[in-house]
Amino acid sequence: MIQSLFLINCSGDIFLEKHWKSVVSQSVCDYFFEAQEKAADVENVPPVISTPHHYLISIYQDKLFFVSVIQTEVPPLFVIEFLHRVADTFQDYFGECSEAAIKDNVVIVYELLEEMLDNGFPLATESNILKELIKPPTILRSVVSSITGSSNVGDTLPTGQLSNIPGHQVGIEYTNNEAYFDVVEEIDAILGKSGSTVFAEIQGVIDACIKLSGMPNLSLSFMNPRLLDDVSFHPCIRFKCWESERVLSFIPPDGNFRLISYRVSSQNLVAIPAYVKHSISFKENSSSKYGKTIEGITVTVHMPKVVPNMNLTPTQGSYTFDPVTKVLTWDVGKITPQKLPSLKGLVNLQSGAPKPEENPSLNIQFKIQQLAISGLKVNRLDMYGEKYKPFKGVKYVTKAGKFQVRT
Amino acid sequence: MSTAPAYSEDKGGSAGPGEPEYGHDPASGGIFSSDYKRHDDLKEMLDTNKDSLKLEAMKRIVAMIARGKNASDLFPAVVKNVACKNIEVKKLVYVYLVRYAEEQQDLALLSISTFQRGLKDPNQLIRASALRVLSSIRVPIIVPIMMLAIKEAASDMSPYVRKTAAHAIPKLYSLDSDQKDQLIEVIEKLLADKTTLVAGSVVMAFEEVCPERIDLIHKNYRKLCNLLIDVEEWGQVVIISMLTRYARTQFLSPTQNESLLEENPEKAFYGSEEDEAKGTGSEEATATPLPARKPYVMDPDHRLLLRNTKPLLQSRSAAVVMAVAQLYFHLAPKAEVGVIAKALVRLLRSHSEVQYVVLQNVATMSIKRRGMFEPYLKSFYIRSTDPTQIKILKLEVLTNLANETNIPTVLREFQTYIRSMDKDFVAATIQAIGRCATNIGRVRDTCLNGLVQLLSNRDELVVAESVVVIKKLLQMQPAQHGEIIKHLAKLTDNIQVPMARASILWLIGEYCEHVPRMAPDVLRKMAKSFTAEEDIVKLQVINLAAKLYLTNSKQTKLLTQYVLSLAKYDQNYDIRDRARFTRQLIVPSEQGGALSRHAKKLFLAPKPAPVLESSFKDRDHFQLGSLSHLLNAKATGYQELPDWPEEAPDPSVRNVEVPEWTKCSNREKRKEKEKPFYSDSEGESGPTESADSEPESESESDSKSSSESGSGESSSESDNEDQDEDEDKGRGSESEQSEEEGEKKKRKKRKKLPEGHGEDSSSDEGSDSSSSSSESEVTSESEEEQDEPASWKRKTPPSSKSAPAAKEISLLDLEDFTPPSIQPVSPPTVVSTSLAADLEGLTLTDSSLVPSLLSPVPGVGRQELLHRVAGEGLAVDYAFSRQPFSGDPHMVSVHIYFSNSSETPIKGLHVGTPKLPAGISIQEFPEIESLAPGESATAIMGINFCDSTQAANFQLCTQTRQFYVSIQPPVGELMAPVFMSENEFKKEQGHDDQKPADPASRRPLSSSQRASHY
Repeated sequence: MIQSLFLINCSGDIFLEKHWKSVVSQSVCDYFFEAQEKAADVENVPPVISTPHHYLISIYQDKLFFVSVIQTEVPPLFVIEFLHRVADTFQDYFGECSEAAIKDNVVIVYELLEEMLDNGFPLATESNILKELIKPPTILRSVVSSITGSSNVGDTLPTGQLSNIPGHQVGIEYTNNEAYFDVVEEIDAILGKSGSTVFAEIQGVIDACIKLSGMPNLSLSFMNPRLLDDVSFHPCIRFKCWESERVLSFIPPDGNFRLISYRVSSQNLVAIPAYVKHSISFKENSSSKYGKTIEGITVTVHMPKVVPNMNLTPTQGSYTFDPVTKVLTWDVGKITPQKLPSLKGLVNLQSGAPKPEENPSLNIQFKIQQLAISGLKVNRLDMYGEKYKPFKGVKYVTKAGKFQVRT
Repeated sequence: MSTAPAYSEDKGGSAGPGEPEYGHDPASGGIFSSDYKRHDDLKEMLDTNKDSLKLEAMKRIVAMIARGKNASDLFPAVVKNVACKNIEVKKLVYVYLVRYAEEQQDLALLSISTFQRGLKDPNQLIRASALRVLSSIRVPIIVPIMMLAIKEAASDMSPYVRKTAAHAIPKLYSLDSDQKDQLIEVIEKLLADKTTLVAGSVVMAFEEVCPERIDLIHKNYRKLCNLLIDVEEWGQVVIISMLTRYARTQFLSPTQNESLLEENPEKAFYGSEEDEAKGTGSEEATATPLPARKPYVMDPDHRLLLRNTKPLLQSRSAAVVMAVAQLYFHLAPKAEVGVIAKALVRLLRSHSEVQYVVLQNVATMSIKRRGMFEPYLKSFYIRSTDPTQIKILKLEVLTNLANETNIPTVLREFQTYIRSMDKDFVAATIQAIGRCATNIGRVRDTCLNGLVQLLSNRDELVVAESVVVIKKLLQMQPAQHGEIIKHLAKLTDNIQVPMARASILWLIGEYCEHVPRMAPDVLRKMAKSFTAEEDIVKLQVINLAAKLYLTNSKQTKLLTQYVLSLAKYDQNYDIRDRARFTRQLIVPSEQGGALSRHAKKLFLAPKPAPVLESSFKDRDHFQLGSLSHLLNAKATGYQELPDWPEEAPDPSVRNVEVPEWTKCSNREKRKEKEKPFYSDSEGESGPTESADSEPESESESDSKSSSESGSGESSSESDNEDQDEDEDKGRGSESEQSEEEGEKKKRKKRKKLPEGHGEDSSSDEGSDSSSSSSESEVTSESEEEQDEPASWKRKTPPSSKSAPAAKEISLLDLEDFTPPSIQPVSPPTVVSTSLAADLEGLTLTDSSLVPSLLSPVPGVGRQELLHRVAGEGLAVDYAFSRQPFSGDPHMVSVHIYFSNSSETPIKGLHVGTPKLPAGISIQEFPEIESLAPGESATAIMGINFCDSTQAANFQLCTQTRQFYVSIQPPVGELMAPVFMSENEFKKEQGHDDQKPADPASRRPLSSSQRASHY
């Protein structure tokens, strides 16, 4: 399966390599660099590259390329999924997945990679299990271990490795037993030229942060579970329970994890909370309907290449224009229904360049607190199996996902 | 490798980007920059006694390895530390060894003995990691040692070590493929393993070592299907893709007789999906007399696979979803494939790499099964922020999905794309419009008009692409479009893109009769610029000249000859060749070539219009989701997806025979597994069906009834019956508890045997309703549910409402937690005759010890602790008696049954020093002094599992030997029974406070069930 892994930064330096079978020379990456050059844009590097003796499967995340070397047939998604899991693990351990962080913690990275794959086949990938095997770096621990030489490697087999309950640790006692859920919904939409909705759907996730002692058995029910059209579950959730009763029943892993992600696609359910007029005037509708304000509005526009600079005056917020990437960002802030924010001004073109034919499309970001736009509501959370009363909390947020206005 | 080259390499490295790394390290920076000695320092640090220095040195070495720098000259210094006590140093040494052992094989041998010692360590993590490193160091000399270690680890107690053994198999195989036969034996053994932990890894090993040995899968097929949902994600992917291949060799194509079924009145059953249960039975009955065109009947095992994989479509892992999707695409009947579309569309929201792979697969699927994705058309709409490669794939899918009804929407969407800033994407859009136009006749003219408008676009690339596409479209109906050709002819002056110029020239030549005036003029202009043109344009100029010469020789004769002369001296030999060939054909020479008379026919023959096809057509001969499919080329190690067989191979090979000695413990499971097989045989001989299912349910209810009454005699009676029944399955006898039996039977059919018989269930309906309120019914039902593997349960039967939520929860515990190797609370099982004797003996010998606990031994399943072969004649079983241990309320009491099948008496049976995980404690049983040959004995011990499902490992010692044994409790066994009425129970339930730590208030598994026991 996965034979080697190379980490490559944006400027094309290979700064980490790890081999699980025989060593593969770094020169194999030349094929990757070739493809990268051809693609011009980092996003367009094909994830799978075929070379005479190997196949390279790569992902691009956080300005790093994770390039894996494969020798035989393997489902490409298997490798891609694994590489993302590696990146997520680094993120989890070091707080960021960057070249600096990886270089600083190269030993831990190596130990992690050693545990995650055996002979190219994934071994332990759940972050909770890994954390039991290899403790994440903290300032205190690094100080202590540099003095005493004590180890940050666990010497017993994590219990989670053996059970079917992913990542729940039995022995831990928390002083505050808490269970928090964030219902985050993102509106993916394409608005047409005339303001009509071409396509819209809601993508939601419920992220959980759970710190409960013992072996709690949680069941989370919704007021309106039928809303959820297409759901994917964390492995801890009992699928049958959902099938029969539309209740999420599970024994939670410790810490942060994504409980479910779901999709609400029915056209009529999605009421677009903001729309942009072509002439770039902003309006808000349906604020009365939800009784919430839309905040954190940002409009980003990829300007054509012929635009060297511009001079605009917003009625609200502020704007920046990056002449290198040609991205105009207008930070609008909150919208009040009485006053519509607008952005007017002069856009300069390179001298001699013809007027661009196409209008750049607008990407919009916004946020509505305390609202799940699909109308999803958590009904109650019950806990069985433990005596204590946990703190429970649910937070709702609606955000713009891939929200685009065509012009 | 000698150290000298290593040094020189290092020097090279340090001059380059390696330097700053030493700069990082303030303590050593100065010293190490003076090249030669720097490794000496590391060596010194490794030689000290201080762990912290060693660790520091190892960390620096690992950092060097990570940078890809050579650290091989440190090998002797590092390898010494392999036995270091500090576990982190040890781990880093392992990392180093695995990296360099291959290069320094002789020195690496020094470490072997350490690993061999590690293989015997009581800590399973150490055993496993020793095996991992031992198998990873790739030194051919140690192959026999590896083989031995793998074999030993394959029968290790710890599933984690067994998993590691499975991982080691492909490593050894790649080192020495001569070991294949022996490795296959190990694989066969591990395939039979019942833990989810091992399943994925061993299937992986199977795929790498012996994918052709499909016969090894037969016996494990049903087990794998049932375990699947509990296996970790990576294992799921591998197992699913292996099972896809397996199914293709073992089952009949579900689509082969679809046309036949269309006329078949029973088709309705298939249409209404969920209830294929009824369909199959009656179908089969009618099927037998028509051997010639037997209507298709899905093998129950085939159905099992489809049903058990379906829930995995909701997995969070894209790889698993894709694996299930390809399984359905390749194996499911047409009507059912649709379910995968939704899941695949969901993946489109994932990372762009995932999107890329998924879209490639969707593109292939959408050609074959367009209807499947049509409802999700809008999900493939393109955003301006998508990367180009994603845009182009989405476009491909949109084009594949376009049909008569949705074409207006699709075209409107395409219109917006044409204005995009991304020119590659615009070009692809124009191609897509062209394809829509060729595929859907109705919109051809609209598309053509749209494309012609694009000809006036300012961007040359857009125009050029349009020209190319228009050319293809015009070929379909040239007569009506003289105007467009004229328009294009005018464009030759402006367009510079070679492909477009070539296309225009070809068009003018081909349809010169539509533009008789302009054609010679175009040729004149081209002749002028001939030398400056690209090769493809030059070829078309020659073409044009030849065609005009043939139709209009008066005007163009000289021009043609001029062009041909120019071409004769061209640098490109293709062009010179073409010129020579054309000249011979069209210009009649002295020899008067026979061909020149037919020149007109040759050049101006009507040409078929090109078919614009998707590049994804026919890609589905590769297994979807595979690397080969993505590359559209066979990758190394790709296993062809075989075609469906004509005749189904014998399905009985998948029946699992359970060896005698595991009979007791495996009974429930086996029943389940055999179930589908029975339904199969039913089909062949319809009337035997009821007889088939009866004995099973009967024996169950029988034994339960006996255990409920709690008397030793009756339980032994049920044993006898059970054994009879094992021998003779077909025997059907009536039981006095027909109510319960009917109940059971019915439930069985509903859940376990969906292919069962509609008519039967209707007759059971009566008994159901009559007994639905009885307690026993609830009992039997709940127990049955416990036994079901997670994926079985599809709907809760209505009667379960009598003890709703609480039961639901506790049952689920069982389903989810119980590692499959351990039988869940085997309900009223089967206590063997010898057990009956045991029980009697027990009451006699131990009555003083725990008199109150012994008489009722309800619903107890015996499981094997020590097999008689492994125990050299001593066989040990254990069972949970479901009572609090008398000594300590926190302990679970476990009955241990010893029997001596050896020739000599066994003396001094006792528990050796247990090595227990934290929290678990054991109350040992009193030593059994002697066990004569053939004799049995029973003891009770208490174990405090500390409410975890961790196994309690301890030693069982005789005078001469020690055996390592392990008891792992199913969750259900950790709870104590409590007597309470139904009302009390409901009240309790309302409070929602469960306190498993305190046995006095533990929530009963099912109160009513327990109530009936006491």
